[in-house]
Amino acid sequence: MLEVKDLTVHYGAVRALAGVELSVDEGSLTAVLGANGAGKTTLMRAVSGLLRPRSGRVELDGRDITRLPVEDIVRLGVAHVPQSGGVITELTVEDNLRLGGLWRRDRAALARRVAEMYELFPALAERRAKTAATLSGGERQMLALARALTGGPRLLLVDEPSLGLAPRVVAQLMAVLRRLCDEDGRTVLLVEQNARSALSVADRAVVLDLGAVVAAENAATLAADDRLRHAYLGF
Amino acid sequence: MVRFINLTLAGITSGMVFAAVALALVLIWRATRIVNFAQGGMLMFTTFLAWSVIDGGGSYWLALGVALASGLVLGAVLERVVVRPVENKPPLNAVIVTLGLYVLLQAAAGMIWGDTPHSYPPAFTIRGLTVAGTRLLLSPFDLFVIGAVAAVMVLLTLLFVRTDLGLRLRASAFAPEIARLQGVRVGRMLTLGWALAALVGSLAGVLIAPSVFVGPAQFDAMLVFGFTAAVIGGLDSPAGAVTGGLLLGCALSYVSGYVSTDLVTFGALAALITVLMIRPNGLFAATTGRRV
Repeated sequence: MLEVKDLTVHYGAVRALAGVELSVDEGSLTAVLGANGAGKTTLMRAVSGLLRPRSGRVELDGRDITRLPVEDIVRLGVAHVPQSGGVITELTVEDNLRLGGLWRRDRAALARRVAEMYELFPALAERRAKTAATLSGGERQMLALARALTGGPRLLLVDEPSLGLAPRVVAQLMAVLRRLCDEDGRTVLLVEQNARSALSVADRAVVLDLGAVVAAENAATLAADDRLRHAYLGF
Repeated sequence: MVRFINLTLAGITSGMVFAAVALALVLIWRATRIVNFAQGGMLMFTTFLAWSVIDGGGSYWLALGVALASGLVLGAVLERVVVRPVENKPPLNAVIVTLGLYVLLQAAAGMIWGDTPHSYPPAFTIRGLTVAGTRLLLSPFDLFVIGAVAAVMVLLTLLFVRTDLGLRLRASAFAPEIARLQGVRVGRMLTLGWALAALVGSLAGVLIAPSVFVGPAQFDAMLVFGFTAAVIGGLDSPAGAVTGGLLLGCALSYVSGYVSTDLVTFGALAALITVLMIRPNGLFAATTGRRV
């Protein structure tokens, strides 16, 4: 579904990604792992259109989306949940949620989706009229994910959802992501530093180091590979 | 006592106009972090267009419509053509560009309409109303000024708070990158924001025109007053801009009535400097910036 081909991204003179190859199958959960500064977030931002790569291609269903503006990539069914969620703290929970599906212009469907999200995340329903500033870190991450889902995306890019969350909340979140693939047939690309949690739900995993892919394996194979685990994943 | 009431009434009327200019500045500041120093020139230019309509035999209301419509267009065009290239650049670039724009608009108005100020008619009589045998400093035109600004503010509030377009506008102002990730076309929202701000400014220009006359340099003080009102209110808050405008209007009215009319502009600058020294975030800043 998603093909990243020979992608190179620079920040000024610094090369952040060097010839990255990535292939994501429809309905799968792929984890992108690696240390701080390995280029994981850069890869996500290049896929969703926030960054312009220097060379290489990003293809969605065989269509080149490398030069497309973010707003148009969203309209192709790609939702990007940035690091620490990016909920807009000045807006209410309800406004944040509606914003995610506003581009579809079908108001009835949007209201239905928002109601579904309140069912899926009851904690958000209680706070719907409060500003997002009143939410805890875990609730904000839930809200960010729910907001992405109100747009009904086919491909979900989730950047380090576990950051700063309690282990129990992380486990819940990973389970939700897995269900999105299994029950709704959505495709998930998950960036994580918490490799152990990510590997517990992922189908495939890619390991980045200094902007290059050093391993692309089935999640189970990677988790069993002591050498890779010790060298790059720290557990 | 009657004098105090009269000065307060006059202060509220001019305060509503200051509030409109302040609101124009706040809308742009919130969306783009740019202080639009060209606002005085923009409202001067649209008021000249309105004056041309009246000079050519058009009605007051047609002229008002022309001023508002040309404000919308001018705001949108300036954002797209002149301001867009300096958005997300160092703040000084935008300061220089908007100042340059102001000089350009003033020079263009001088070339087109000349430097002699023209009179501008009020919509209604400016003879003060008489209540219980006392003539008040509040005329039917003053009531129109207050009502027109209030109506525009209510409409803008409804647009921002009650509509999906308003949600997009607010999201673009608070977090442009996040808004784009939700599919909001932020570029269009910025253009619309400038257009709406310029519309509010145009309204202020037409409303103040009968008292300051229409000339290339006649509206310069409006930017000072509007900016002061916006700073009193905290630059980031539309409600603060309105309150700041009313406070400033009354304060300047007292200065002019009890001290000297010559000190009005001085009073505004003194208020601006005092607020910046004591409460740089504005008198109504509740929080210490943004919680992440």
